[in-house]
Amino acid sequence: MSQLVKDPKEKSFFTTLAESPSTNEFIKGIWKDNPVFVQVLGMCPVLAVTNTAENALAMGFATTFVLVMSNILVSLLRNVIPKEVRIASYILIIATFVTITDYAIQAISVDLHKSLGAFISLIVVNCLILSRAEAFASKNTFIPSVLDALGMGLGFVLALFSLGALRELLGNGSLFGMSIFSDNFQEWIVMILPAGGFFTLALWLLLFNILKERRSHGK
Amino acid sequence: MSTVDNIPKNNTSGSKMLQVMGGLGALCALLIVLTYEGTADRIAQLKDEALQQAVFSVLPGTASTQQFYINADQTISTTPSDNAATIFAGYDANGEFTGVAVEASGRGYADIIRILYGYDPVNEKVIGFYVLESKETPGLGDKIEKDESFLANFQSLDVELNESGDGLKNEVITVKSGEKTDEWQVDGITGATISSRAIGAMINASANERLQVIQDNLSVIQNQPKQ
Repeated sequence: MSQLVKDPKEKSFFTTLAESPSTNEFIKGIWKDNPVFVQVLGMCPVLAVTNTAENALAMGFATTFVLVMSNILVSLLRNVIPKEVRIASYILIIATFVTITDYAIQAISVDLHKSLGAFISLIVVNCLILSRAEAFASKNTFIPSVLDALGMGLGFVLALFSLGALRELLGNGSLFGMSIFSDNFQEWIVMILPAGGFFTLALWLLLFNILKERRSHGK
Repeated sequence: MSTVDNIPKNNTSGSKMLQVMGGLGALCALLIVLTYEGTADRIAQLKDEALQQAVFSVLPGTASTQQFYINADQTISTTPSDNAATIFAGYDANGEFTGVAVEASGRGYADIIRILYGYDPVNEKVIGFYVLESKETPGLGDKIEKDESFLANFQSLDVELNESGDGLKNEVITVKSGEKTDEWQVDGITGATISSRAIGAMINASANERLQVIQDNLSVIQNQPKQ
């Protein structure tokens, strides 16, 4: 954070905004430190519930909600929670918000709850959330923690959606349940099976690494 | 930036830790209870609606349903007792009896499959079928929910009871796709052999267990109780 230029003189508003620490906290999760494509965290939901675009989005937003709320509480209580019991406290906080999310999703749609199934409860052990609590929220104040969680959450949503949309398109010939191709389209069933999750993730990781490589060579 | 890093190791007293964990636990419990209280009614309502829709879809022409319970002593009542199984009687717009929806479950390929089937006690046939819960393989096993020729099996499936009253006259069985010859056979799905066999087996088991009781107590459920 400190290496960033803090002097706003001679800089346009947008440059300042782009280089300000808070924007950085937000943006880094979406692109530079994307939780899935760069940090490769939280692989369980990434592989398991991305068989349709709808499931992927629902899972992404549920995780984002838990991430933001737990980051808020952890950053507010960071001076109260003793170091020795911090992990237990974080898990308690995360588990609480996961339970709340579980009830909320049931109240929104029984079908959605059915298709996400056990994976909602498993948000508790998503290492992305614990890692943000431990590595960021416990050392930062309220606002940066919220921005960090929002950025990481959106990055997670984006990644899940890229997988879910591609898998649904190839595996089921549809997007958000609407048929895209003509009836002649032969579905690639393997894409909605677990193996397809690995294939799709590998493709996106390859793309991300090619882009990163190009950028570092360009400089 | 950080105050946590500056704390020397192991200087927190046990009572402080207990206080923090206890306080946090109470706060979290409060949050969960508030959410539960706030959503419980709506969740129950949505689940009821989903089940109602399922009952409507397995009993054609149904406009209203009434819940009944098969008690352990083989009687049927409108109030539940211990270990009672739930069935739903359907009535059309004029209050005429349309059939009974019975829940069945059994082991599929991936996990337990829960289904609801409609039973017409007058003609002794299964007249409808709906998958309540299934985790079968997408694209293969989940054809039990979508395959039209498979679902056509359950528009008129023979489940006549035998004369001694202890089970079905002909066991319901799933046969290979295209080999169905008798009214009590279920035409299977190629590529979903295990899942389609599981459906046949669970209807057979449930029919053997429940249909005699339903026939014996038909007078109880045939007339719609006044609301």
